Amino acid sequence: MMKHAKIKMQMQRIQSQSVQLDSATGINAQNFSKTENMSHTTTQTTNINAQNSSKTENMSHTTTQTTDIIAQNSKTPLNFRNGDTTKHHAKSRPPFDIFLSIITYGAAGLTILALISIIGYIIIMGIPNLKPSLFSLTYTNDNVSIIPALITTIEMTLLSLVIAVPLGIFTAIYLTEYAKRGNKLVGLVRVTAETLSGIPSIVYGLFGMLFFVTTLGLGFSLIAGACTLSIMILPLIMRTTEEALISVPDSYREGSFGLGAGRLRTVFKIVLPAAIPGILSGIILAVGRIVGETAALIYTAGTATDIPMSVTDSARTLSIHMYVLSNEGIHTGEAYATALILLVMVIGINALAAFAAKKLTKI
Amino acid sequence: MNYEIKKMKTNMKNNLKENIMHAIFLIAALTSIIAVILICVFLFANGFPAIGKIGIFKFLLGKDWSPTDIPAVYGIAPMVLGSLYVTAGAILFGVPIGIITALFMARYCPNRLYKIIKPAFDLLAGIPSIVYGFFGLMVLVPITQNLFGGTGKSIFTASILLGIMILPTIISISEAAIRAVPESYYEGALGLGASHNHAAYSIVLPAARSGIFASVALGIGRAIGETMAVVMIAGNQARMPAGVFKGVRTLTANIVIEMGYAADLHREALIATGVVLFVFILLINLSFSLMKRRIVR
Repeated sequence: MMKHAKIKMQMQRIQSQSVQLDSATGINAQNFSKTENMSHTTTQTTNINAQNSSKTENMSHTTTQTTDIIAQNSKTPLNFRNGDTTKHHAKSRPPFDIFLSIITYGAAGLTILALISIIGYIIIMGIPNLKPSLFSLTYTNDNVSIIPALITTIEMTLLSLVIAVPLGIFTAIYLTEYAKRGNKLVGLVRVTAETLSGIPSIVYGLFGMLFFVTTLGLGFSLIAGACTLSIMILPLIMRTTEEALISVPDSYREGSFGLGAGRLRTVFKIVLPAAIPGILSGIILAVGRIVGETAALIYTAGTATDIPMSVTDSARTLSIHMYVLSNEGIHTGEAYATALILLVMVIGINALAAFAAKKLTKI
Repeated sequence: MNYEIKKMKTNMKNNLKENIMHAIFLIAALTSIIAVILICVFLFANGFPAIGKIGIFKFLLGKDWSPTDIPAVYGIAPMVLGSLYVTAGAILFGVPIGIITALFMARYCPNRLYKIIKPAFDLLAGIPSIVYGFFGLMVLVPITQNLFGGTGKSIFTASILLGIMILPTIISISEAAIRAVPESYYEGALGLGASHNHAAYSIVLPAARSGIFASVALGIGRAIGETMAVVMIAGNQARMPAGVFKGVRTLTANIVIEMGYAADLHREALIATGVVLFVFILLINLSFSLMKRRIVR
């Protein structure tokens, strides 16, 4: 109990010191304004006590043993004191401090404003323009129906995924499960994947046009577009799968090996199933990129308006359709509606990915 | 006896399967390397001859782009400058707001608000560039037209829109960097009498600088490579930039606009434009990964 009393004394000394400092230099005003700031973040007033005690802890350099006692102590006498000084000294905050607060909240406010204005504008202008003619099965120059573009988008997505998903997952399996430590190839694959993920989509479009369309002779077609897109989304799928595989505990693998399973069986029956939510969220993110992609597709898939009957037909996805509409500038209303549908699709896809990722963290 | 042979057979079968799948995984892992090689080879093989024919200095520094003239002139200096100006503008608007917002997210934001705005900012990253471009065309262009005159399609408009587009990249990477700063830095600053603002801005923020620089590098990469949104709102005049409120054409826009009808040397010159863009991006990515390596250390 001796120790207890000693600490109590020490604390009182610090408090009286801090009050003196307050009136003398104003430095402590900042200290208390900190408490004030922090109290914004908490909803329960009792939490101020705990914060206050942690501040005192900093100042007095007490050991962990003593902090418990301080926490107990602070329950009663500090509350009154703290509330009092905060009020009193809030006025004497230096102007620069206030300026920093303003620009912080201002910047965050601007970002939120930009987000709300973009989404709000598209929704408000899009909903009145949703007409039944927009959803007719065939495209004409009058109704500029989005249904063929929508079907093309789905086909394009599936085709790209069929190519990219196995490649991405197998690469990730090789990197995490097969490659030995210090394998030079692993570093090389990571560097190239990083390079691929930084290349802008127009460069992919150029490459797709030169390689798939011209050199391989596929012409403007669904398959040329899908091949281009699959290279584009490969690093995304690879990285998310790799992360998901790494997060599977090693005990799963050890348990499987211990029961006599081979490496292949362990990978496919144990590790991959456990990593599915993470892989799925990566795939869904990739779908989001495909749906929103324009620049890589204009010169690989072309801009034909009909529903493609085979993979060698040219066709436009919803994004390209949107680009053509807004470029022509004739069907502005339809462009708004198309933008709304595109936005809703992408938001839905991203929400799905977030949901899948959340499931992953639960495991 | 019979049983043992059977066992050996299954073992061999399993081994064969293992080896085949191992090879398949290895081949899959090689695809990304092959893809990068293919992209480099095809772009360079199609772009370099044109640069050679036009002359490298004439191509890079030529101030005139008139592919329809006789004889045609191919100088991409206007587009290089256009890309640089627009990117610089985007950084001017996007980087300060992005970094401060990241600091807000990591150090100021109440938990309840964070749960709403974190996914909302992720959403900002997911919006297709064509929708951004449409928004810029319908909202930002008329506003700049009314405020500053001209057509409204200008470096200024493109900078603002690109600034918004690179926000999510900068916010998410900077936030992660700021969160990685040890809590003791912040607590120590408070213990020495610094205010919350002071501790956040002059202790935590500088400690996260390498991560923040990396986010800026990535943002620059996005801004230079952005195509569709810029095509719709930058004006696309292929002449030397004449002012902040005048139209400009970027490297990316040059490719998209003219590739549709280009032929022969014109087409090759456009591919060469792509090569220049590609080299820019490679340099930026290189600096990004160097910075990232420094963070890991």
